[in-house]
Amino acid sequence: MDVLNALVVFANFVFVPGLAYGAQLALGALGVTLVYGILRFSNFAHGDTMAFGTMAAILVTWGLQSMGISFGPLPTALIALPFAIAATAALVLATDRGIYRFYRKVRAAPVILVIVSMGVMFVMNALTRFIIGVDEINFADGGRFIIAAREFKELTGLAEGLAIRTTQLITVVTAAVAVALLFWFLGNTRTGKSMRAYSDNEDLALLSGINPERVVAVTWIIVAALATTAGVLYGLDKSFKAFTYFQLLLPIFAAAIVGGLGSPLGAIAGGFLIAFSEVTVTYAWKRVLGYLLPEGLEPEGLVQLMSTDYKFAVSFAILVIVLLFRPTGLFRGKSV
Amino acid sequence: MAEPFLIGEAMTGGYGAADILQGCTIAVEKGQIAVIVGPNGAGKSTAMKAVFGMLKLRKGQVRLNGADITALSPQARVAKGMAFVPQTQNIFTSMTVEENLEMGAFLRRDDIRATLEQVYDLFPILRDKRRQAAGELSGGQRQQVAVGRALMTQPRVLMLDEPTAGVSPIVMDELFDRIIDIARTGISILMVEQNARQALAIADMGYVLVQGTNRFTDTGAALMADPEVRRSFLGG
Repeated sequence: MDVLNALVVFANFVFVPGLAYGAQLALGALGVTLVYGILRFSNFAHGDTMAFGTMAAILVTWGLQSMGISFGPLPTALIALPFAIAATAALVLATDRGIYRFYRKVRAAPVILVIVSMGVMFVMNALTRFIIGVDEINFADGGRFIIAAREFKELTGLAEGLAIRTTQLITVVTAAVAVALLFWFLGNTRTGKSMRAYSDNEDLALLSGINPERVVAVTWIIVAALATTAGVLYGLDKSFKAFTYFQLLLPIFAAAIVGGLGSPLGAIAGGFLIAFSEVTVTYAWKRVLGYLLPEGLEPEGLVQLMSTDYKFAVSFAILVIVLLFRPTGLFRGKSV
Repeated sequence: MAEPFLIGEAMTGGYGAADILQGCTIAVEKGQIAVIVGPNGAGKSTAMKAVFGMLKLRKGQVRLNGADITALSPQARVAKGMAFVPQTQNIFTSMTVEENLEMGAFLRRDDIRATLEQVYDLFPILRDKRRQAAGELSGGQRQQVAVGRALMTQPRVLMLDEPTAGVSPIVMDELFDRIIDIARTGISILMVEQNARQALAIADMGYVLVQGTNRFTDTGAALMADPEVRRSFLGG
């Protein structure tokens, strides 16, 4: 039995990737949950908002690279991020002006807004593909590893290596900063509190003199920032492909619903829950068990519960279970 | 007689084609308490909403301090010094007591701490629970938060839609005492009440509405003494 090596294998293949993926999902789910809490509909265009934001970041990154600007060991995309957020915010604000505001004015039912957001999703998706194409794009530059597997082995003398990529650390740190900023904003500023009040009780917020159009505009700007950040981090960690963001919609919605729609804390918990479930169910545990179990009992198969092709089934299954037994989610959001 | 501070005069209107209010008049003097009572479906809450601008009037006028405010939105009336406490969903349940009060003062740009202290002095229990989520409080405490939120705008008129609905008799007496305290500071109070007897006992003016019209209008004491009012509306 070799607990240390087992732990290293676990950290390398399950914990670290799960943590990074969870942080990306949490940021995405936060955006979905904010739109749901304040604009009161499920925004299907969120995945493609992320794609658009990432595309903007890539274009700015290329521009910066051609000017010879880099961020040292960190990816240039981080410098591009604020510009990409501004572009995305402009896009979603224009979308709100041109499309969503009309449906708000006629007090359309949430289900109509969902369909509208699907239309927006197709348009945004087409826009992204039209501008940057459908190919896979790697835009991560700078240092590749914080610690590489070989260095780790030499350092510790263990048989197994632990690799931590720069993008993984950046993902977790950036997500933590973004979440801290968001919670500080919602809990301590006048505008943030008015957003919570509007989400809690729209009529009473109006009676208190809170301007709904302002609340909606601020919400879209924050959602654009969260979506772009999530998209760029995901793209840095894996790679950019216009379609993958559409596919991310399912785990993101699963995370938001599992946590409780409308609850920011729930979105974060949901993001990590979905991410770790996906990773643990689709990981082949053979090597970890090989170190842990006594000799002769090592598994012969891969001990993989599900092929990685089916990882989306995990989100679906969790979604169904939560909706059956606790429809308001773990943190008691609004029921769907 | 001089013009009352706030008056909804000969109000006619309703939600759809049918008029719920049929020319009823509600008024309140400065620093006084006016109570609207009447059977279910008499249009009590509707009259209140009409005065606050949440219902479009087909006929009639609402005047505040002599100025015609009939065309103003509820939000604009808040800015003019009117405050309204709805019967249900009158607090932000997920926010703390203090945040509820802060949201009440959202339109104000000046220092709200003095007003906050006044509300805490009026409802001391809220001071102890100011960091607690308002949704976790008891029914009576929630009503205190709701009234406190409305007071944060420093209104000249406070309108309460059944403030004692669903609270125990002891809490009701306590709330009525606080409402008298508020009126003594010069704020006019207009309220709809289901507990007619207790409400008329503290009222300067009472309005008995039946089917959207004024059936009886007199001082609270006179209405209590009127045998017909007693028989028909106060249960003998």
